[in-house]
Amino acid sequence: MRDVYMVSGGVSKFKKARPEATFQFMVKEAFDYAMKDVPGLTLEMIDGSVASYFSDHFQRQLMSGIMAQDYLGLCPKPSKRVEGGGATGGLCFQSAYEAIASGRMEICVAYGFETMSHVNTWKGNEFIALASDVSFDYPVGGFYSGYYAMMVVRHMHEFGTTVEQLAAVSVKNHANAFHNPYAQKRMKLTIQDVRNAPMVAYPLTRLDICVMSDGAACCILASEDAARKLTDKPVRITGVGTGTDAMRMSDRPHKEVILLPNESPDDYKDLKYPGVHSFRAGRVAGKQAYEMAGITDPINELDFIELHDAYTSSEIQTYEDLGLCKYGEGGPLAESGNVNIDGVCPVNPSGGLIACGHPVGATGLMQGVFAFWQLQGTIKKHFGSEKLQVKDAKRGLIHSHAGTGTYVTVSILERSF
Amino acid sequence: MMEEERKRTKLEETDEGTILFNVPFPRDLSGLRDMSPIVIKQHYEIDYLHSYGQDSPFFAGLANKRLLGTKCTGCAYTYATPRRHCMECGGECDWIELPQEGRVHTWTTCHFGSEAFLDQTPFNLVLVEFDGADTLFLSRLVGVSEDEISIGMRIKARFVRNSKFSPTDVYFVPA
Repeated sequence: MRDVYMVSGGVSKFKKARPEATFQFMVKEAFDYAMKDVPGLTLEMIDGSVASYFSDHFQRQLMSGIMAQDYLGLCPKPSKRVEGGGATGGLCFQSAYEAIASGRMEICVAYGFETMSHVNTWKGNEFIALASDVSFDYPVGGFYSGYYAMMVVRHMHEFGTTVEQLAAVSVKNHANAFHNPYAQKRMKLTIQDVRNAPMVAYPLTRLDICVMSDGAACCILASEDAARKLTDKPVRITGVGTGTDAMRMSDRPHKEVILLPNESPDDYKDLKYPGVHSFRAGRVAGKQAYEMAGITDPINELDFIELHDAYTSSEIQTYEDLGLCKYGEGGPLAESGNVNIDGVCPVNPSGGLIACGHPVGATGLMQGVFAFWQLQGTIKKHFGSEKLQVKDAKRGLIHSHAGTGTYVTVSILERSF
Repeated sequence: MMEEERKRTKLEETDEGTILFNVPFPRDLSGLRDMSPIVIKQHYEIDYLHSYGQDSPFFAGLANKRLLGTKCTGCAYTYATPRRHCMECGGECDWIELPQEGRVHTWTTCHFGSEAFLDQTPFNLVLVEFDGADTLFLSRLVGVSEDEISIGMRIKARFVRNSKFSPTDVYFVPA
């Protein structure tokens, strides 16, 4: 396998609704932004692409991917769509990585989008819930917020996690997004604001849950030769990992914890794993990516993390899956300040999904773009302010996650200049 | 009321529109790039003939007030939500009858929901654990409010009289 670099990225503003633009237009906006950032790159030099979008229902259009491809002027170059629920963007990023690593392409564009505003919020929730077993789960009351609520109720039971700890994640991520012009929600909140918001599914309130969005994002990946020619600030992808778990939460095993190097079996004598309190796919994805990048002490060896916080609870569960702390210590970590923008390892310095929005197919790529800018040290250039620039960021992690932890991707990016 | 909430206060939107047969159009085309978008409503509806396939006996069981799971003929792993083939060893499973009493493994109360279930809110979802089963079962818990539910609570199955051949043909109540 060859080394793979990221050389540019772009995001088309995430908003509740963007009726002024079709999905192709939004992809073009993100793509043009990325192209402009590497002036030496021309359309002719691009070998192919991968398209990322989650639901044909939202677009009411099959084969949307090819319509983005032709709009960008990339036909007749190779392309395909990848799909894996909420992790679609992360899978797309890794698919582009594979195209370069294998030697099939020198330059590959990963683009993604979703237009969720074309149906009302509750119909949108229905479409998303169709990403659960339609024989056994969906008809019982299919609602993803309900599924995640059941997971965190069990997490609270196992580990004593509190609703205030969940709220701390929302407060932190919204506070970061306040300085991110790409974010959909820029609000200053308190723990009380989060708890006083309308209850959606106990214990998750409206401010514990991400919103629906329209938007697009684009990452341009390249081989070492191509990267060195295009930019003097390339970022290398040093680790990739992907995990899966059973679609039905009821099928998740209750066995032993899959250990990271900084853990021992004694840490988890009485814990049944993953049950419905933890994401086995996230742990497996992290373990693979860490092994590849040579990381053994994640919280101290990573300078920041952009992770999939569709729910405040899933951010806390993901701290544990990624070994930032031991299983059960995610709640206290959320409150500790160590994951704040000025902490040991800032988590979601961009504001995450909760505040930036979650146009599903674009989300994992948006994380790639924000991580890339952090590592280039160009946050000020792209955000218009350096408030969110993690000082001297050398290594970051992006984490993309599909419904109740069915597909999870982890990719490690490192400054390479 | 929070400042942010006050800013967002507005009449509830509906997606009913107006029949419109014409729109103003300029002589000069140079301003068209900035024209407001035209948004139309498109209806979409479909009936699926969904087959439960190899899982069909489960639904026939519910119609006869029996709760069925499956058990692997190879490794004896026992599924409270049936699967014909074992996730653990790949072996084929036999149908077994589950106890009609179990415990709450975890739960939530949904105050909002997908459009299809919005008129049923609030409703309680539970994952049920059974003695002798390795996996769980998703169901509704009825007859209790949010503050009366707890993990470990004993609950028992009830069945609807007129089967809809849906997993909601069974639901749970406190034991």
